[in-house]
Amino acid sequence: MTLEPRLVEVRKNVLKQNDVQARALRERFRESGVVAISLVSSPGSGKTAFLEKTLTLLHSRYRVAALVGDLATENDAVRLARSQAPVKQIITGTVCHLEAAMVQDALDGWDLRDLDFLFIENVGNLVCPSSYDLGEDLRFVLLSVTEGEDKPLKYPTIFNSADVAVLTKSDLAAAVEFDETLARRNIQAVRPGMRVLKLSAKTGEGMPAFVEFLENHRLRSRSAAAVRI
Amino acid sequence: MHELSIALSIVDLACEEADSHGAPGVDVVYLKLGPLSGVVKEALLFSYEIACQQTPLEGSKLLIEEVPIVVNCPVCKERRSVRSIQSLCCAECGAPTPEILEGRELMVTALELRR
Repeated sequence: MTLEPRLVEVRKNVLKQNDVQARALRERFRESGVVAISLVSSPGSGKTAFLEKTLTLLHSRYRVAALVGDLATENDAVRLARSQAPVKQIITGTVCHLEAAMVQDALDGWDLRDLDFLFIENVGNLVCPSSYDLGEDLRFVLLSVTEGEDKPLKYPTIFNSADVAVLTKSDLAAAVEFDETLARRNIQAVRPGMRVLKLSAKTGEGMPAFVEFLENHRLRSRSAAAVRI
Repeated sequence: MHELSIALSIVDLACEEADSHGAPGVDVVYLKLGPLSGVVKEALLFSYEIACQQTPLEGSKLLIEEVPIVVNCPVCKERRSVRSIQSLCCAECGAPTPEILEGRELMVTALELRR
């Protein structure tokens, strides 16, 4: 007589471990009063230039730090260190995205209460990072004007996983005949209601509005935390 | 391509469950997959075979149920499907639908355990 196989119900998320670690990080960020912002985009969209400019602008008024993910090099951390903010590189090896545990390990030795803003630059990749929550307050997805207006339609999942879209390299928009209206329409199609900012890290256009957005977000999350206490 | 690391997580999860039921192995893993999970079915199936090698899941099958995106339509005030992943609008009335109820699933729902 052959026994029938036993069917058991499980109902468990495959990325449960990452989700649990991400929740713990989010709680830690909230308790420490630090706003954690992650950046995702394709390689070459200007994440590091944008982050360098952001750190430089914020450094005089706020306590800022950054974690940067890369497959193999420390080039980004070296560039970002010019802003004088504390920067740590996460070298992922062959892994094409950051996971919550990598962020947690990289934070070792940093007291988050000493920070106002923590930036987390993901590996340049529009596919894999979308599956992993890093515990961030806000996820920014960058789209450079040189990439084409249809990127959101080609990679709807990553746009859907993000909170704010940033159109970068706006100084090149005219040269590449970037159709901003179309790009915005495509973003709204895959993520209705998404906030869109447009800027150039090179010329500084749009950077003050971005900084103001960050400051307002920080004030809102602090007053929300005060209400909870 | 992160499907291999996802497949390894599925194998780990299934091994733990099999262990807790005192089963020597698993014949079938049932998985629910949403279009917004960021995981490609074909790549996952390919990676799964590799991830199972030399584990109690070797030779097992991964059965993937692809589930649709479900939103809460702000106009119809109902659960609705969308036009497509490139157009998150209510399939009935066309209103933009920011509130996503389902579609991010990456979940092991059941296992057939080996006796």
